Amino acid sequence: MEFEPTPAQTIGPFFAVMLPLGSNRLVDESTPGAITISGRVFDGSGEPVADALLEMWQADATGEYPSGSYGETAFPGFGRCATGPGGEFSFVTVKPGPVPGHDERRQAPHMTVTIFARGLLNRLVTRIYFPDEVHANERDPLLQSIDDPATRATLIAEPTGPASYRFDIRLQGEGETAFLAI
Amino acid sequence: MSGFRRDDLEDHPPHRYPGYRSTQTRAPSRPPVPLPHTVSETTGTQFSRANLGPVDHDLTRQHEGRPIGQKIIVTGRVLDQDGTPVPGTMVETWQANAAGRYAHDADQHDGPLDPNFSGGGRCLTGDDGTYRFVTIQPGAYPWQNHPNAWRPAHIHFSVFGPAVATRLITQMYFPGDPLLDHDPIYQSVPPHARDRLVATFDFDVTIPGEALGYTFDIVLRGPEATPPEE
Repeated sequence: MEFEPTPAQTIGPFFAVMLPLGSNRLVDESTPGAITISGRVFDGSGEPVADALLEMWQADATGEYPSGSYGETAFPGFGRCATGPGGEFSFVTVKPGPVPGHDERRQAPHMTVTIFARGLLNRLVTRIYFPDEVHANERDPLLQSIDDPATRATLIAEPTGPASYRFDIRLQGEGETAFLAI
Repeated sequence: MSGFRRDDLEDHPPHRYPGYRSTQTRAPSRPPVPLPHTVSETTGTQFSRANLGPVDHDLTRQHEGRPIGQKIIVTGRVLDQDGTPVPGTMVETWQANAAGRYAHDADQHDGPLDPNFSGGGRCLTGDDGTYRFVTIQPGAYPWQNHPNAWRPAHIHFSVFGPAVATRLITQMYFPGDPLLDHDPIYQSVPPHARDRLVATFDFDVTIPGEALGYTFDIVLRGPEATPPEE
């Protein structure tokens, strides 16, 4: 028997009460190899999106996804961050290792980001890739499936320091982030 | 690697829905890039009882006093498209109080806050996919989308399921609410799928003399059929 999928609805602006579950600090800043990824979310008129919730999912530095429950594994893999008044967010984490792909090709290191917000009737999903993985990025199945270089570039973070990156998300219009159908 | 079934767009609202004003500047203008499911999409965070407090599922017992409003039980099962229960998955809820006011700094509604009601719930599904919350009937509230706009009473639901691919945030509505016909967020769902968001009043769920009862099942994407080995 076929069961009908429950439709999505917007998260709305008032989700703060669920925030205690999850953190944007997956590791402590003092952890060897810790990196910071920060950015801002913008709408189609260039205004910051101050009421979005971002959820991140990533492998650890060796390319393994956590196999236990949240809070019970060495590396949580999961992060949550609500955007601030300027649309800003940040995650303190480690750079993930490469993970297997859907075919024989490995995927370049990446993080999956899910975006919820007022005005988004369903979630958006994108990925953060790394600028210092040029060779792996050139062979990554998803990046290589995107013909337009400017669109492809929206998935690659910018370096802002030895252990910090910027990744802005543009929901609509010029420089619109490549969102993924998963 | 086996993935999950793809979303049928007919089951979900479009990103751009003219009646819901905020979608105008937030809906992406380009179609999403297709992505075959990999381990990055077929895995996802899992939670355990260690992530729960003792009264996370009972929103009427999270403060010293009892909240104002009609006490209700909201229960149901989390299933996949094959009808297979999704056990041990985190279900989060949040809602306005009986006056239609959220315990949130940005809520401008003039309705009173209730010092005994925060409006946030959490529980894990059981082995048969069942979740259960004790709460109070949320009130409708005005919003700024259009003149004299009111949101129908609703409870927000967040469900993780086994993978990033199955993550779902939605809203549960109450049967017979006259505001449903006028709510662009509810109406953004294709007509044939709207009633999946409306709970069922269920006498079997009530607590005699204490609480009314509603059931609301949630169906997540199921695993895609495994292709035969070549």
